[in-house]
Amino acid sequence: MHMADALLSPAVGGAMWAGTLGTIIFCARKLKEKMDEKMIPLMGVLGAFIFAGQMINFTIPMTGSSGHIGGGMLLAILLGPYAAFLVIASVLIIQALFFADGGLLALGANIWNLGIYPCFIAYPLIYRMIVRQNLTPRRIMIASILSVVIGLQFGALSVVLETKLSGITELPFGTFLLIMQPIHLAIGLIEGIITAGIVMYVRSLRPDIVDDLEGVKALTSGASLKKVLVVIAVLAVVIGGAFSWFASTNPDGLEWSIEKIYGKPEVPERTNPITENLAKLQEKTAVLPDYSLPTKNEQDNNPAWPAADPGTSLSGIVGGIMVLGLVLVFGIGIKIMRKYRAKT
Amino acid sequence: MTFDLEFFNIGYLDTLSYKRTFVHRLDPRVKILVSFAFILFVVSLPKYELSALMPFFIYPVFLMNAGDIPFKAIAKKVLFISPFAIFIGIFNPLLDTEIMLTPFGIPVTGGWLSFFSILVKFILTVSTALLLIAVTSFPGICEALERLKLPKLFVIQLLFLYRYLFVLLDVSLRMIRAREARSFGKRGKEIKTFIRLISVLLVRSIERAERIYQAMLSRGFRGEIKVLRRHKLGYRDIAFAAVSVSLFYIFRNVNVVNIVGETMKSLSK
Repeated sequence: MHMADALLSPAVGGAMWAGTLGTIIFCARKLKEKMDEKMIPLMGVLGAFIFAGQMINFTIPMTGSSGHIGGGMLLAILLGPYAAFLVIASVLIIQALFFADGGLLALGANIWNLGIYPCFIAYPLIYRMIVRQNLTPRRIMIASILSVVIGLQFGALSVVLETKLSGITELPFGTFLLIMQPIHLAIGLIEGIITAGIVMYVRSLRPDIVDDLEGVKALTSGASLKKVLVVIAVLAVVIGGAFSWFASTNPDGLEWSIEKIYGKPEVPERTNPITENLAKLQEKTAVLPDYSLPTKNEQDNNPAWPAADPGTSLSGIVGGIMVLGLVLVFGIGIKIMRKYRAKT
Repeated sequence: MTFDLEFFNIGYLDTLSYKRTFVHRLDPRVKILVSFAFILFVVSLPKYELSALMPFFIYPVFLMNAGDIPFKAIAKKVLFISPFAIFIGIFNPLLDTEIMLTPFGIPVTGGWLSFFSILVKFILTVSTALLLIAVTSFPGICEALERLKLPKLFVIQLLFLYRYLFVLLDVSLRMIRAREARSFGKRGKEIKTFIRLISVLLVRSIERAERIYQAMLSRGFRGEIKVLRRHKLGYRDIAFAAVSVSLFYIFRNVNVVNIVGETMKSLSK
């Protein structure tokens, strides 16, 4: 589901753009290193293929309504993560400009939500780990379904987090999650089955050209995963950290923590002519005055965060430990995986 | 099907973008940056703000009129696409029932205020994105992206994508027509058939990419592509940017609507 400008705050939109632009530059550099010139027309044409393919619709089983493919994971499987990310970004740029899907500020978030997770989490961590060197139909099927589902779940979760962090909607965090995640589970299952079907059928039609594609070749040659894993490590720490921060606080974690951090009443200013004038001057020169992160119910007199209130500081400590734990587990995981790679 | 029609609209917006008006001739970099600034100023307004959004309509209206873009082309798209903002926003009136204003004795809750604020922001930002492409052309956008220092490889494959978009859309339309001609009602749209159709389309696309690559090689391609640079930053561009950004700045920081309202009041007295 595409985010819209109207639901984003400049801070969240800008942050997502920064992450997306950074990844685009990173992917372009990576591709340039081992540039196969054939890739440029192939990327462009496959991007156009996604559009053309979305024209063809199918009947969704049991519902009778029709759907079309998303294609992000398919691109990752065929082109490998770096090229696929650039193509997904391109497809979304054209959609944002011509179909007005969301708008320009939300574009950064949309590329992130629909590109990062299939390319840098689902493809290397799930698809490649399951399929490895043996491209059997069963493995491809399981790997595609799992990776599409997980990629989409991450994407849906990001949409919820970005929207809530922007603070334009009143929808409670939990309800929003309960709407988004199951819908995307269903979408993911169907998309996963279709993705696997396409990969297998295309391989049976023209194994010569398909097995030569970057994403498929990487499997059969068993190329090093190390660099991709480093990227994922950084991403996972950021996401895991953010997620456990929200999850570890009280039920309405997100609203609560934002309010605690930004919503506390300002420190009363002592009035003296100089500071008064300075404040006025500042108000006049500020580009975006009275812009701040969302503050709901400022009159709520909950203690400021992090307060000495035993309940809240306990959850803060638990959350902190959880994050550290996640990071640690992840670090060990990479080490084990590296050793495993070195052995084989 | 409406979704299909949207795709044909790509071609329509593309034709609009080859007009020759003042805004069409502006440097695409300037148009992209000013439009981004516009969106940032709009979405930075507080969530209950409704009246202060109104002056911002000047920018899309200017682009549309100066660019000779038909109102219908933009309005239809804005009204009809992306239900997401509305879907999420419609919960606000239900959940936020605190009364914030009582104009003419009618109580207005914060939820309705923020819902309409979302709607107006949505119209402003989405119409600006559509107008940007309608007055710039996609190759123009790509030129600007390259000159704004995005990786060249990314920009080149984006140009390729756009070029072959129309070609592949034709291919897939022919396939759809063939399917329609051979099946009745909902038949022929099962997942199994769909997978085979789209796989054939995919194979054809990959083969086409190979042919394109060979054609490029035979014309002397060595991994280097020049992106056409048609625009130069002139005094018109700078003037356009300066005027629009300072206007946005004023709209954001001075409550123009209020001032106008007050003067009207005092005049009528």
